Amino acid sequence: MFARIIPMVIKEFLQLRRDKAARFLLVVPPILQMLLFGYAATFEVYHVSTAVLDLDHSQESRDLIARFTSNGRFNVMKLARSQRGIDKAIDSSEATVAIVVHAGFAELLRKGQGAPLQVIVDGTNSNTALIALGYINTIAAGFAQDYVTDLMQRVGQETRPLQVTLEQWPWFNPDLNGRWFFVPGVIGTLTLVLIVNLTAFAIVREREVGTLEQIMVSPIRPAEFILGKTVPFFLVGLGEVALVVAVGLLWFRIPFVGNPFVLLFGTALFLLSSLAVGLLISTVCSTQQQAFSTNFFILSPFFILSGFAFPIASMPQVLQWFTFVNPLRYYLVVIRATLLKGVGIDVLWPDFVAMAILALLLLTLSILRFRKTLE
Amino acid sequence: MTAPVAADAQVDAQVVVENLVKRFGDFVAVDHASFRIGHGEIMGFLGPNGAGKSTIIRILCGLLRPSAGRVSVAGIDVARDPELVRQRIGYMSQKFSLYRDLTVEENLRFFGGIYRVPRGELAERMRFAIDMAGLGGREKTLVGTLAGGWQQRLALGCAVLHRPPILFLDEPTSGVEPKSRRRFWDLIHALAADGVTVLVSTHYMDEAEYCHRAALINQGRIIATGSPDALKHTALGGELLLIECEALGPALAALRQQAPGVIDASVFGNAIHVLVRDADRGIDELPAYLERRALPPIRIERINPSLEDVFVQLIAADAAKRRQAA
Ligand SMILES: Nc1ncnc2c1ncn2[C@@H]1O[C@H](COP(=O)(O)OP(=O)(O)OP(=O)(O)O)[C@@H](O)[C@H]1O
Ligand SMILES: [Mg+2]
Repeated sequence: MFARIIPMVIKEFLQLRRDKAARFLLVVPPILQMLLFGYAATFEVYHVSTAVLDLDHSQESRDLIARFTSNGRFNVMKLARSQRGIDKAIDSSEATVAIVVHAGFAELLRKGQGAPLQVIVDGTNSNTALIALGYINTIAAGFAQDYVTDLMQRVGQETRPLQVTLEQWPWFNPDLNGRWFFVPGVIGTLTLVLIVNLTAFAIVREREVGTLEQIMVSPIRPAEFILGKTVPFFLVGLGEVALVVAVGLLWFRIPFVGNPFVLLFGTALFLLSSLAVGLLISTVCSTQQQAFSTNFFILSPFFILSGFAFPIASMPQVLQWFTFVNPLRYYLVVIRATLLKGVGIDVLWPDFVAMAILALLLLTLSILRFRKTLE
Repeated sequence: MTAPVAADAQVDAQVVVENLVKRFGDFVAVDHASFRIGHGEIMGFLGPNGAGKSTIIRILCGLLRPSAGRVSVAGIDVARDPELVRQRIGYMSQKFSLYRDLTVEENLRFFGGIYRVPRGELAERMRFAIDMAGLGGREKTLVGTLAGGWQQRLALGCAVLHRPPILFLDEPTSGVEPKSRRRFWDLIHALAADGVTVLVSTHYMDEAEYCHRAALINQGRIIATGSPDALKHTALGGELLLIECEALGPALAALRQQAPGVIDASVFGNAIHVLVRDADRGIDELPAYLERRALPPIRIERINPSLEDVFVQLIAADAAKRRQAA
C-alpha cells in the first residue's frame, strides 16, 4: 500500500547526509542556543547596578544598606551624597536601581511605624526592573522581620509588627531555581523552531529546484510523498531532542525525575504535530521566500502563546483558544512535568491526546493540500 | 497559404489532442491545438520561446488542466484518469529535474522505487539506463557534477526505467553541445524503433529533420504539421530562390514591393531568400526587375528550402495574418 515511502525515506537521508550545511545546522546552533537561552531565558537577575543615598545616617539605615551591598543580586556602584547624585546615576544609566533612605527612617522604625524606603528604578528594561523590585521587597521584608525580632528580644515586650507592604511577584520564588523551570521550555521551543524550519522547506525546495515536477508525473500517491517526508524528519527530530535534553541535563543539571518513556512518547507526538505544521506550510507555499516569511508569522505566536513566558490563564480569551492548536503549549506541560515533577501519563493524557489529534489533523490536511498538478 | 499539411489520421494513435485550449487568466497559451501521434512515431514540437510547447506537454502529463478540448494518452482521457496515464508515460521536463546531490545510481534506484519497478528487474533496467547514458563506471558520481549531455541522457534513462510506451521530452537537447545532441537523437530513434511513441520539443530548427513528423507552433497555435519533406515541399506554398546582391536592404525592399511573382522575401546571412510562385519564371524576370532599380544581382539560383526557411516563412505569414485579423 505504501511501498513508495521506503525509497522516499532513503532518498531524504542520502540528501541529508550530503548536505554539510544541514548537518552543521542540526548540531551546533541547537547546542549554542541551548546554552545561550538557558542562561538568558530566566527571570533571575544578578548584579543589578545600584546607587544608594543614605540621608538618615543611622545604625538602622546602615544595616539596611549593608544587606544590599552584601547581596550578590545587587552591585552597589555608587554611594551618593545628594538626591541630585541619584538622579544623575539613573539618567546616565550608571545605575538601574536607586535606593534612598530618607532622614527619620530609624526614628519611624523605633516608633514602630511603617518606614518608607524610596526606590527608583530605570524602567527601560521593565523585566529587570520588576524583578529587581521583587528582590528589594524581599530584602526590605527580611530587614523588617529581623528588626522586629531583635526589638522584641531587647525590649522584651509585645510590639506591633512593622508595616512593610510586601508584593509577592508570582514568578519570583527564592526557593525555586528559575533555570530549572525555563530550560525545559527552551528545549521545547528550540525543537519546534528547528523542526518547522526543516520541514517548511522540504517540499518548497523541490518545487523550486524542479524535482517536484518529476515526482508529480510519477504514480506516487500524495500520502506516500508526505509520509516519505515525515519519517526522516521525525527521526532527525528525535535525535535533536535527545541532544538538547542532554545539554539540559549535563550542563544545567536539570533533574530528570519522571519516566523517560513518557517523555519519549510525548516527544514523538510533539514532533509529529510540529513537522505537520511545517509540511503544511511547505505544501501551501510556492517559493522558499514565501515559506520563510510564513514560518516567521507562525512561529512567533506559537512561541508567545505557548505558556513559555506568559501564563496562558492570564491571556485574553481569544488568544487562549488559539493556544489549543499550538503543539508547543502541550509539550511544555509534558516536558516540565516529566523532567521536574515526575508526573505520569495518568495526569498528562489530555495533552497527549491533544497533540495526537493535532498531528493527525495537520498531516491529513497536508496530504489533501498536496496536489500533483502545477496549478 | 499556410494551410497545415494534413496529418495522416493514425488508426492506432497513442496521443490524441482535439481543440485543446489553455488559458492563464486572460492569456491564451494554447489556442485550439489538434494533433495525433501514432504508435512508434517521433513527433517534434518546434516553435519560438513562449509558443506553448511546454504547456501542451504538461497538459499531456496531467500537470496542467486544459481549459477546453480533449486530450487522450494511450487511449486514456487525461482529465479523467491522470494517475493511469502516469503509469504509461515517461517525462523529461524542460528544467533538469534529477537530484543533483544524489549519485547516478541513487537517482536511478529512487525513481525505480517510485515507479515500483520489480526488484528482480531493477538491476537490469538500471544497467540499461547507465549504458544508454554512457555512464558505465561513473555510477557513484554525483549527478550535479556531470556535464550537460550526460545529465540529459541520464534523465532520459530515468524516464524510461519503467518501460513507458509513451515519452514526452521537453527540450531535452537545449544547452547541450552538438555532438551530444546528435547522440541523444540516436537514443530517441532506438527507442522509437522499439515501438515507443515520442513527443519531443526543441528550439533547434535543424532537429526537426530527425523527427518523423514535426508540428510548428507559434503563439499557442499549431500552424503546420507534417513530415520534414512534406513541410519543405508543400508548406511554403511556392519555390525558393537565393539572390546575392550588393545592397541587401534596398533589394529586399524592392523585392517585397511589386516584384513579379514574388510572394515574400527575407534575409538569410548575406543573401536574400525569395519565395516565388514559379522558380523558372523568377530566374527569368527578377534580374531585369532588380537592374531597373540599379540593384543588379550578383547571383540568382534556385535552392532547396531548409526547414528553417519554411519555419521563418510560416511564422512571418502567421504574424501577418494575425495583424490583419486584429
Ligand atoms: N503558469 C503560468 N501562468 C501564466 N502564464 C504561463 C504559465 N505557464 C506558461 N505561461 C505562459 O504561456 C506561454 C507559453 O509558455 P510555454 O512554457 O508553454 O512556452 P514554450 O513554447 O515551452 O517556450 P520555451 O521555448 O521558452 O520553453 C508563455 O507566454 C508563458 O509565459
Ligand atoms: Mg518550454
